[in-house]
Amino acid sequence: MNATTGSLTQSHPALWRIRLRLAWKSLRSGWALYSENPVGLVGLALIAAFGLMALIHPILMATVWHPPIYDPLIGYDREIIVHPSPPTWVPNAAEEITSLSPLPPFRHILGTDPLGRDVLSQLMFSTRSEFALGIMAALVTVLIATTVGAVSAYFGGLVDAILMRIADVMFMLPFIAILIVLSSLFDFQMVHLALVYGLLAGFGGNTMVIKSQALTVKVKAYIEAARVAGGSDLHIIFTHLVPNLLPLSFLFMMVTVTNAIFSEAVLSFLGLLNIRMSWGIMIQITQAAGYLLISWKYWYLMFPAGIAISLLCSAFYLVGRAMDEVVNPRLRKR
Amino acid sequence: MGRYVLRRSAQILLTLFLFQTLLFVILTAMPGDVTNQMLNNPDVPPAVAAETRRALGLDDPVLVQYGRWWWNFIRGDLGVSYSEYPEPVVDIIRERIPRTLTLFLTASLVQFLVGFALGRVLAWRRGGLFEYGSTIVGVMFYTVFTPWFGLMMIFIFGARLRWLPLGKFLDPMLWSQAVIPGLEGSGSKGNYVFGRLLLTAGLAVMLWLVMVVITRKMPRRRRLQTLQLGTAGLLVAAIVLWAASDIGNLGWDIVKHMILPVVTVTLVGFGRTMLTTRQTMLETLGEDYIQTARAKGLPESEVRDRHAARNALLPVLTGLIIGLPYTLSGGIVTETIFSWPGMGLTLLTATNAEDVPLVMGTLSFIGVLSLGAHLAADVMYAFLDPRIRYS
Repeated sequence: MNATTGSLTQSHPALWRIRLRLAWKSLRSGWALYSENPVGLVGLALIAAFGLMALIHPILMATVWHPPIYDPLIGYDREIIVHPSPPTWVPNAAEEITSLSPLPPFRHILGTDPLGRDVLSQLMFSTRSEFALGIMAALVTVLIATTVGAVSAYFGGLVDAILMRIADVMFMLPFIAILIVLSSLFDFQMVHLALVYGLLAGFGGNTMVIKSQALTVKVKAYIEAARVAGGSDLHIIFTHLVPNLLPLSFLFMMVTVTNAIFSEAVLSFLGLLNIRMSWGIMIQITQAAGYLLISWKYWYLMFPAGIAISLLCSAFYLVGRAMDEVVNPRLRKR
Repeated sequence: MGRYVLRRSAQILLTLFLFQTLLFVILTAMPGDVTNQMLNNPDVPPAVAAETRRALGLDDPVLVQYGRWWWNFIRGDLGVSYSEYPEPVVDIIRERIPRTLTLFLTASLVQFLVGFALGRVLAWRRGGLFEYGSTIVGVMFYTVFTPWFGLMMIFIFGARLRWLPLGKFLDPMLWSQAVIPGLEGSGSKGNYVFGRLLLTAGLAVMLWLVMVVITRKMPRRRRLQTLQLGTAGLLVAAIVLWAASDIGNLGWDIVKHMILPVVTVTLVGFGRTMLTTRQTMLETLGEDYIQTARAKGLPESEVRDRHAARNALLPVLTGLIIGLPYTLSGGIVTETIFSWPGMGLTLLTATNAEDVPLVMGTLSFIGVLSLGAHLAADVMYAFLDPRIRYS
């Protein structure tokens, strides 16, 4: 081939293919950094375990479990006379459980609650809604925080002052107090809780940190180049500023999921939400029926929901901490 | 410094203004209105209901109601509670604020001190099982479900072991028989003792700060000994003063009831402070002046405490300031679990009883408390970090 006719007529790989390759490469390097810290891997493993639990439940309900007994909301085991009953694999189960006929050991792995429903089924069913709540709240938070932070950093001046004052108000309010009042005045379901939580958290401290990060991006040379090339404000904000803020936003998402799940559990425990089943409600039912502080005999009512909340919250928190080391290079051990 | 305080106070006042407006928006957006409870009775003729609404000013345009809302707030008239009729809301709040303040301040202080001390030590030993183990333990405590954990603590220490009381902040039998001279009949015994407790604590802290400032010029070893002696002396003096007074056993009763909530809040919260301290200490340890200090031959403890920890203190305080609303929320949950009759429990019971004036009044006060705490924290932060004052 003649050296003079060359690259001008040759075709290049498509732009999207180049971008995909770059994204894959950065993902690989990010993963290498992330997996140096076993703490992050533990968190990821826990999240995967919970996800598995959420996915298995419909399968179990369709195949092995008989719905009238195992439905998490309206199930009732008529074989057992006294509810709540301990798990059926406990060594002296025959004396503990009064039942019409001898039961197989895997009938109720975590026993039944005071209303006769299987505890394990409730636990798995709630995992689904907890995940949905956490992710929804996190998405709303990140959407609001990134947009408001980027806009406020880019425009400065009056827009910045107003947005920061609003952020100040949201930031200094105690969440639970506002949520308590709102949930008493309006009918709160999972969706409403996720939206309100996202609004309060998105406008709060997250916005300020993202705004300071956006300020450091704003003074870079390519922003000026984009403006000279004729890019509109909207274009610069969403094509140049926001992608640089995404790692930080992703980090905040993890912490937001933790707090959202925690807040929902607290509000359900206080009896203020209109949700059908969640871990907080499991604890609340146990307490309302009076079995929470009686004796260690009712461990299957006291521990599973509380431990599940702790494990899932700590899983997301650990993932967030491990990601912190990826995003913030000063924290790495090298 | 004065200019900074003024500027920050103005900003906080603006935030308070926005907060009150938000409360008013919630109030008017509520389905129905304030008179729902009074006039839901089907025996009330509609003409009377309409007349009551007009007399209460609920038919006026929204802006007029807004102005009246502000005028009442400034005058301190927060309405009359429905569930504790005819107590005015302000009196109820005034009765319960000292209890919340005592618990909140003590718990925050203890949790911060423990977390900071542990984090300082933790950052010094990097790597190995100790670091990972303490991270996991800290995170586990941090994400444990607070109501559940609090109930477990009450179960273990109150019901099973019977070492500590089960809840509330006093023992009714003890207090109903107690006689406080000078307080015959009128006034509340609870607030009297609480006020004295807060006063003692405030005086002790101020004297301690004075001591710290006076001993600044001394050589390190003598200063450490003097401070330790002085702290011990202050504690002994406070205890002796209380034991000799008439209300000594009442004060001890309150403190005994505070032990379990404070320990629970500390256990749940220290993990976060500890991990943040460790993180900021690690960032500080990479600085050059640490290497200089070591090259000078200073002992490790002095390098850690005097050089690294002081500079690590600032981001930890920032983290604390950012976490202030969470601490207040946690305070509300703690009060509910331990039946500590402060502002948080009042808010919850009022919400359940649909007592709108009390709910709005309590929320206003919690907001004011939160903003006040913020202002205090910002001023202290500006005092510690001169860069803030001049920005």
